[in-house]
Amino acid sequence: MKRSTRLALTGFAGLLVGVCGSGLLDVSAKPISYKLPNETAAFRPGPNLEAVQNNCTACHSADYVQTQPQGAKFKEAFWRAEVTKMIKVYGAPIEEADIGKIVDYLTQTY
Amino acid sequence: MIDRRSLIKRSGAAIAGLGAGMAAPSWRAFAAAVALPFENGERPLVKYPQKRPMIGLTSRPPQLETPFAAFNGKVITPNDLFFVRYHLADIPLSIDPNTFSLEIKGKVDKPLKLSLAAIKRMPAIDIVAVNQCSGNSRGFFNPRVAGGQLGNGAMGNARWRGVPLKTVLDAAGVQRGARQVTFNGMDGPVLDKTPDFVKALDIDHARDGEVMLAYMMNGADLPLLNGFPLRLVVPGYYGTYWVKHLNEITVIDDVFDGFWMKTAYRIPDNDCNCVEPGTAPKATIPINRFKVRSFITNVADGAKLRADAETMLKGIAFNGGKGIRHVAVSTDQGKTWAQARLGTDLGKYSFREWQLPVRLATGAHVLKVRATSHGGEVQPMEPLWNPAGYLRNVVETVRVTVGSGASS
Repeated sequence: MKRSTRLALTGFAGLLVGVCGSGLLDVSAKPISYKLPNETAAFRPGPNLEAVQNNCTACHSADYVQTQPQGAKFKEAFWRAEVTKMIKVYGAPIEEADIGKIVDYLTQTY
Repeated sequence: MIDRRSLIKRSGAAIAGLGAGMAAPSWRAFAAAVALPFENGERPLVKYPQKRPMIGLTSRPPQLETPFAAFNGKVITPNDLFFVRYHLADIPLSIDPNTFSLEIKGKVDKPLKLSLAAIKRMPAIDIVAVNQCSGNSRGFFNPRVAGGQLGNGAMGNARWRGVPLKTVLDAAGVQRGARQVTFNGMDGPVLDKTPDFVKALDIDHARDGEVMLAYMMNGADLPLLNGFPLRLVVPGYYGTYWVKHLNEITVIDDVFDGFWMKTAYRIPDNDCNCVEPGTAPKATIPINRFKVRSFITNVADGAKLRADAETMLKGIAFNGGKGIRHVAVSTDQGKTWAQARLGTDLGKYSFREWQLPVRLATGAHVLKVRATSHGGEVQPMEPLWNPAGYLRNVVETVRVTVGSGASS
């Protein structure tokens, strides 16, 4: 790229960045090494917590469970459907013996 | 009364505290949590690199919602407040744009492997376009449904710069019989058995000259969590198609049958794309264009306004690509409507600003806003329902109280 073009582009980007308040001023795309913040959400204490930690946390954090709708309509059937989806759709390798434990934990704890 | 916007719990108390001359609270407490206005809507405010504090839905993979106040007076959503949505937890955290490449393969005459520099040398286009999550506002569904429990902040409007997908497809030479194009990014599943996140568009759509490979957003590189260094931009379409970290494009002569097209992100195949709440649709189609929406952005639900003063109501409207014809505002619960003045037109895919001066008598008022697209599409007065919690676009309601002693 010609130097003059590069300067013009940089100026343009700078203007937009100024307007929009974005932190990045970079038209040449430098390597990025990104550090995700530490996970803070944890599964609540409850029966069979270990089965949940062993089977669920490889793929997602606890807030996936914590933020779901709660109340009388979101108990055993709701959680059984979610666990079944994890196995059938997303391929979670959950052993037969653990399925009931996980559903119990979710139903009683959330 | 519950605030229908994200209510910054502790900051409200903090502001009150400062006003009353109490000891100033720490800034850490100030930015700790928000409560989205539905059951179990408490969320942490979280700080990620390249982002200001945002509403944390999940941490792995990360899902961040834009605090609704960001839309007040800003037709362009800043990169550092733009929402983030991933499906699968193996996301690329170290990316060198100098070694990055995009592959174009499948039913093409000349398969290509393009560097980012090569893509940036192609003639660029700019489009201002809204990106909105399919499940934006899912938390307001009644009955509630499983999935990401979002408020209204999984949307944003940006000026995207990049290369038309058509340019790249033409360079590769799409073969006769091509039917769809699939898109895959560098992010992937943790387990081999989990379906990789791959999306598809029909070949004519892919070659419409507007679907774009974007490398800039609001004049800067894409933030990593918004798809650095390259993402698909599909103007007018829900965000599920806007594949991030895009590095693989495949032309196919079939209809793609991957999980994320064939099973997920489906809507009822009928005129309203809706069903009776709690029931299942007979047939479904892939989700596609945005439903028309509008919001009041400068007055939050539960706000107190001054009497004997004019209030300028302001907000935004958008739809799936026809553009906004008009925006109507009601201050009497929908009985009568007044037409708002539309702001600068940034293109048919952009947020369109609107404003309307109103003078309200002392007492309680129910404000509503309803947009109509150039295609004649109007927001429904009552919410429509579908089992996945997509497409929400009901006329929004904001309750305010006007009193002589109140301050705005």
